[in-house]
This record gives sequence, C-alpha cells and structure tokens, in this order.
Amino acid sequence: MPIGAIKPVAPSEDKRWRIVHAAMRRNGFRRDALIETLHTVQESFGYVDDISLRYVAQSLRVPLSAAYGVITFYHFFSLKPPGQHTCVVCTGTACYIKQANQLLQCAEEKLHILPGETTPDGLVSLLTARCVGSCGIAPVVVIDGAVEGNMTPERMTAQVTRWRDGQP
Amino acid sequence: MVSLDRLDKIAHKARESQRACDHSVNVCTAAACQSAQSQPVLNALKQELKNAGLESRCAVRSVGCMGPCAQGPCISVEPQGALYGKVRPEDAAEVVASLSTTPVERLAINTSTPFFQRQTKIVLANSGRIDPEKIEDYVAANGYRALLTALTERTPAEVIQEVVKSGLRGRGGAGYPTGLKWNTVAKAAGSQKYVICNADEGDPGAFMDRAVLESDPHRVLEGMTLAAYAVGATRGYIYVRAEYPLAIERLRAALRQAARQGLLGQRIGDTEFNFDIELRLGGGAFVCGEETALIASIEGRRGLPRPRPPFPANYGLFGCPTLINNVETFANIAPIVDQGGDWFASRGTEKSKGTKVFALAGQIVNGGLIEVPMGITLREIVFDMGGGLPTGKKFKAVQTGGPSGGCIPEAHLDLPVDYESLRAVGSIMGSGGMIVIDDGQNMVDVARYFMDFCMCESCGKCVPCRVGTAMMQDLLNRFCGRQATSRDLATLRHLCEVVREASLCGLGQSAPNPVLSTLQYFEQEYLDAILGKGRSNGHASP
Ligand SMILES: Cc1cc2nc3c(=O)[nH]c(=O)nc-3n(C[C@H](O)[C@H](O)[C@H](O)COP(=O)(O)O)c2cc1C
Ligand code: SF4
Ligand code: FES
Repeated sequence: MPIGAIKPVAPSEDKRWRIVHAAMRRNGFRRDALIETLHTVQESFGYVDDISLRYVAQSLRVPLSAAYGVITFYHFFSLKPPGQHTCVVCTGTACYIKQANQLLQCAEEKLHILPGETTPDGLVSLLTARCVGSCGIAPVVVIDGAVEGNMTPERMTAQVTRWRDGQP
Repeated sequence: MVSLDRLDKIAHKARESQRACDHSVNVCTAAACQSAQSQPVLNALKQELKNAGLESRCAVRSVGCMGPCAQGPCISVEPQGALYGKVRPEDAAEVVASLSTTPVERLAINTSTPFFQRQTKIVLANSGRIDPEKIEDYVAANGYRALLTALTERTPAEVIQEVVKSGLRGRGGAGYPTGLKWNTVAKAAGSQKYVICNADEGDPGAFMDRAVLESDPHRVLEGMTLAAYAVGATRGYIYVRAEYPLAIERLRAALRQAARQGLLGQRIGDTEFNFDIELRLGGGAFVCGEETALIASIEGRRGLPRPRPPFPANYGLFGCPTLINNVETFANIAPIVDQGGDWFASRGTEKSKGTKVFALAGQIVNGGLIEVPMGITLREIVFDMGGGLPTGKKFKAVQTGGPSGGCIPEAHLDLPVDYESLRAVGSIMGSGGMIVIDDGQNMVDVARYFMDFCMCESCGKCVPCRVGTAMMQDLLNRFCGRQATSRDLATLRHLCEVVREASLCGLGQSAPNPVLSTLQYFEQEYLDAILGKGRSNGHASP
C-alpha cells in the first residue's frame, strides 16, 4: 500500500463485511476487483448503498466518481434495498413474442408500481430482465429467485394476492 | 501428477460404477428443467427405488440439457432408451416399475422424429449424458484426453494447425476464423498472454451457451486450456452473465475439480505448461459482449468499447495479447484436437464447417436446443425439426441474430444456414438464437422492440449510436401509434444508414438491422401505419 494511504475500516460490526473484505483480499486489493467486490456486496446485503460503495472504493483506491460510474453503468446492481419479495418479468425476445408485455402490465396494475420500483410498504420489487435463458418455456417470470415458465396473468395475480396475504 | 494413465484409471472407475447398475435414470437439472421442478422428480425417483429395493441396481443421475426444453422436466432411462417429458414426482413409481419392461407410453417423447434424428452432436455430445458436476463422468466420456495428448505429443503450432484445418469459425456472431485468430495471438509479442471465454450471451432469446456451461462445463475448460497452450497464455478468464447462477455454480465446481486433478494450475500433465482460470461476473450490460468492452469490464471499469485496431490479439486485457472466443467455439476445440481438423471439416458447407447449436423459441411447437450441421435449411429447422407453429398460428418470419440480426420471411426459408447466406438476406448467424414469429405479430412492433433494446443498451460513448437509436426509437413509436408521415419513413431509412456507417462498435453498427430487414420484407406494414390502417400490439414505451 502506498505511503499515506489510510486503511479504511468496515462501516459497521456486521459480519458480512468480513466476506466483502475477504473478496478484496483474495484479489490483492487490486483495482480491477471493483466489480467482483460489488457483486459480493450485493450478494451479502441485497444491494449496494452509499456507505458500501465508499468503503469499497477507498479500499481498492478507486476514485469515488469512477466507482459510482461503474455501479450505475451495470444494470445488475441495485442502489436501493430490494423489497421483501422480488418479481422479475423477462422481456427478452422469446418472452416478448409470447406476450410478456401483458404480464408486465398485469404486475404494474396489481402492484401500482413501475419496473425498477418497490411497493411503498417494501413488500414487492418489480424488475425486468432481458432474457434469463429459459426461453424454451417462455414467457418467464423469476419469483423470489425461482424461474417460473409458461406464466399467465392469472398466475401473476394469484402470486401477488398470496404475497399480500403474507404467504410465500 | 495427472497423466493419460491416471485419466484411464479415473475413467475406468467411473465406468465400473456405472456398469455395476443394471439401469440408469438420467434427470435433467439444467435451468429450464429445474424451473419445471425436476429436482422433486429426482428425489421421488430415488425414494421409489428405495421403496422397491432397487437402489443398488439403478442409478439416478443428474445430467444436463437433453434438448426438448419446452417439454421439461425431461428424464431418460438407460439402457432401455426411453426419453420422458413433463414428468411429475407422482410418475416416479410408474417409471421405476417399467425399468425391466417396456417404457411408460404416456410420458414418452418420440425420438424417431426429425427433432432428434436430424441432429449431429459435437458440442452437445455429452450434454444430457454426463453429470456436469462430476469430472469423472467427463473423463469417462474421453474428456481431457485431447489436452494431455496435445501437451505431451504435439507442439502448440501443431494444435493451431489442426484448428486451422478444421475451418472452425467463431460462434459468437461474427464468424471470424478461429485458427487465424489463434495464430495472431500466438505470434504477438509479449511474455504475458491471456485467454478469455466470452460467456456473456447477451442476445435476448438465446440460451445455447448457458446450456453448454450448465451441461458440460469441463468441455469449455478443456478448450480454453488447449487454446492457452496453443497461443502461449498462462491465465484465463471466463466472463459469464450474473443472470446465470446455475452456470456460475457449475463452472466454479468444475474449476475446483480440474485444479484438484492437476488439470489446471502449475505444470499441467508434468509438463512446463501452467494455466489458471478465473471467473468474472458480468453486470447485465449487453455491450459487454463486445470484446473490447468485455476487457474493460474484466479490468473493473465501465464496459465501454474502444476503436479497433489495435485488436485484443495484440493489445487486450491489461494491455497484453489476448485471445477471446465464445463458449461454443471453445466447446468445439477438444473434439477437433482429438479427432482431427479434417474430421470436423467434413461436416457443414464449403465456408461454414461443422455444426451449430440453435436455441429454438417463440411460436414453435418443439422449442428447445438443437445442434445441426451447417447448411441445413431454415425450413427443415423450423418445420421439420421444430414441428412448425402451434395450431392456429401461421408462420410470418424467423428472427436470427438477436438485436444485431434480422427477420427472414417465408420466401427465404429454403436458404442453407451458413454465415454468408444469412448475411445475404439481411440477417446474421449471430450466436444461435432463432425465434419464430407468427402472423399475429406486427413487424414494425418487432423492429421497435429491438430498437428499444439497442437504445437502452447503447453505452453512450459515440453520438451516432446514442442519439441515433433514440431518434429511430422515436420514429418507430410514431409508426406503432399510426402517427407517422412518409417523411418519417425517409428519415428512418436515412438514420439507419448513418448509424450503421458511423457507430464505433458492433452494437451501433448493427442496431439498424432489424429495421432494415423488416423494411425490406414487410414494408407494407410501415406504409399501413402511415395511412393509419395498421395494427400494433403491445403498449407504447414510455
Ligand atoms: C454488441 C455486441 C455484443 C456481443 N455479444 C456477444 C456475446 O454475448 N457472446 C459472444 O460470444 N460474443 C459476443 N459478441 C462478439 C464478440 O465481440 C466477439 O466477436 C466474440 O466473442 C469472439 O469470439 P468468437 O470468434 O469465438 O466468435 C458481441 C459483439 C457485439 C458487438
Ligand atoms: S456504437 Fe453504441 S454501444 Fe458501441 S461504442 Fe458507440 S455508443 Fe457505445
Ligand atoms: S427471452 Fe425470456 S427467458 Fe429468454
């Protein structure tokens, strides 16, 4: 580490910071580990907030502006905490041909939010993806991480109702 | 130390344990079948075998993609030879009871159909047959033999010569001759060289690379290692989409296993050759599939393309000579080195050799993954193998090449599938996504869909692409809303030309393709929108 560099301390006592630290150490605190580390942060915390970004940028000696540029460039990273449940509607070509628009519309209407938003009560986040690679069973929706094929607006509605009732 | 003898021992042991069982039930646990609940089926089968006291007589294996993804979960029974689709846990008892009699007709998928019979499997040879999480299975299927033989008996130049002879061309889209690329990297000056596997598979509607990674990850590792030996690289990276968690998990497991067996790391096969591979996860940016953007992303930066030359072969990752190939390209390498370039070149057409994996999706009966010899016609793929469209739907076009490709109408269906023919009709081979569109679909809307994609994915570095795609999107919106004028049509054509000619990277250069091809074959739909008579489905984008 160059002379004068301060060694940043983890933002809190949270054990998950050790995982993040380990990821950086594994990559020798090299700058090119920025994206790798951000993936680890997102995996551990569910999203990357200001504090995490600052900590990672300082640890890897990446200018904060560059780190911010990186995190906003890649759609995969989220700067806001996700809802309790996530609903990812695939809008890839195969799903588009199989009327994914209707699914998205249905989700928007039922949840009263747009893609990229979370319901005000923090219950559900609605997202879109450009192909999740299960085009053979299009249209596809990823519900809490599980890929569900041949989706219908009816099943979407039922899922939203279940969530509202506090069921998985 | 790993040697051919040791491989023989591993293979022998794996085959022995397979032979110890009279039957084997293979359950697909690749992504599509997994989401159709194949894991409960696998568990139920195990339980039923236990109940029947047949655990030691019949093995239950988790394997990769068998092809007919739309009919998942799929299982196959050996040596009976049955293939079942849409299997549910409740069916397990029946499957177990039928092991020594005849297959369960109710679940059987007919494998004498063109979907299965017209395939030629090189890339997918192991897919659906071996357990992707067991290196022993791969070795038992002759895996890593080509690598160890090459390391001990052939020079790097001889390996490259074999690839040149095979006529293999890049499967990532552009079709650049692989042997030629390897030669350039091998000749490039520099002590540190890199090999990168492009597993970003950004084309929305394509899942070939995913299937290969999930079904046979060692094949890709062996191909990369052979490439590293041939070009003189010591480090490799696999840049894989973060959206493919199962592929990532299986790659990680494969890397660990290969390192443990001494097939990666220092002094591989007791030779002077060292090679290590690391995974790098993408961040959901389509442009990162472009090679210079991908390199920037591995370096931890925003994925912005840069002008070429210099090409990555001379100035790539961290400024060092770098070989970048696609997943499927690497998956072809071990068979080529093992069986010879001539063997590979005997398949396919004059300029496009070997086979190509296609992902069939959209309005088609037999959706899924197929591997066919180059030169087969689109009609054979869509109607014979794919079984045509679902009842009540009529064929309108087939889209190949994703956002960089085009829509091919009925009139050109008898075209042989190869790089040149597809380009001649305004599309491209692309990575292998093939989406069938029915006549209920408005083609202007399809063009708008792809333009929206390119606009969202444009990295914004150069003006023609950043502004041009947004302007074209705006115009297409007007067509979809039936608000267009004939001047709009002229502007659209003009913009297509500007964006194609003036953009920096392939994303911008090919963004007009979907518009151009729909304009060429379905111009009437654009004209109808001007007169205010067309129809458009889907809602207008915000
Ligand atoms: C916008 C854009 C996206 C691309 N996406 C991919 C991709 O997802 N996968 C891929 O293998 N190649 C992709 N390519 C092609 C790569 O730049 C490169 O040509 C390829 O990886 C080289 O490997 P090959 O010679 O084995 O085909 C893309 C190119 C462009 C311009
Ligand atoms: S053509 Fe588009 S994606 Fe490529 S560099 Fe220019 S702005 Fe970026
Ligand atoms: S287009 Fe939706 S999974 Fe591929």
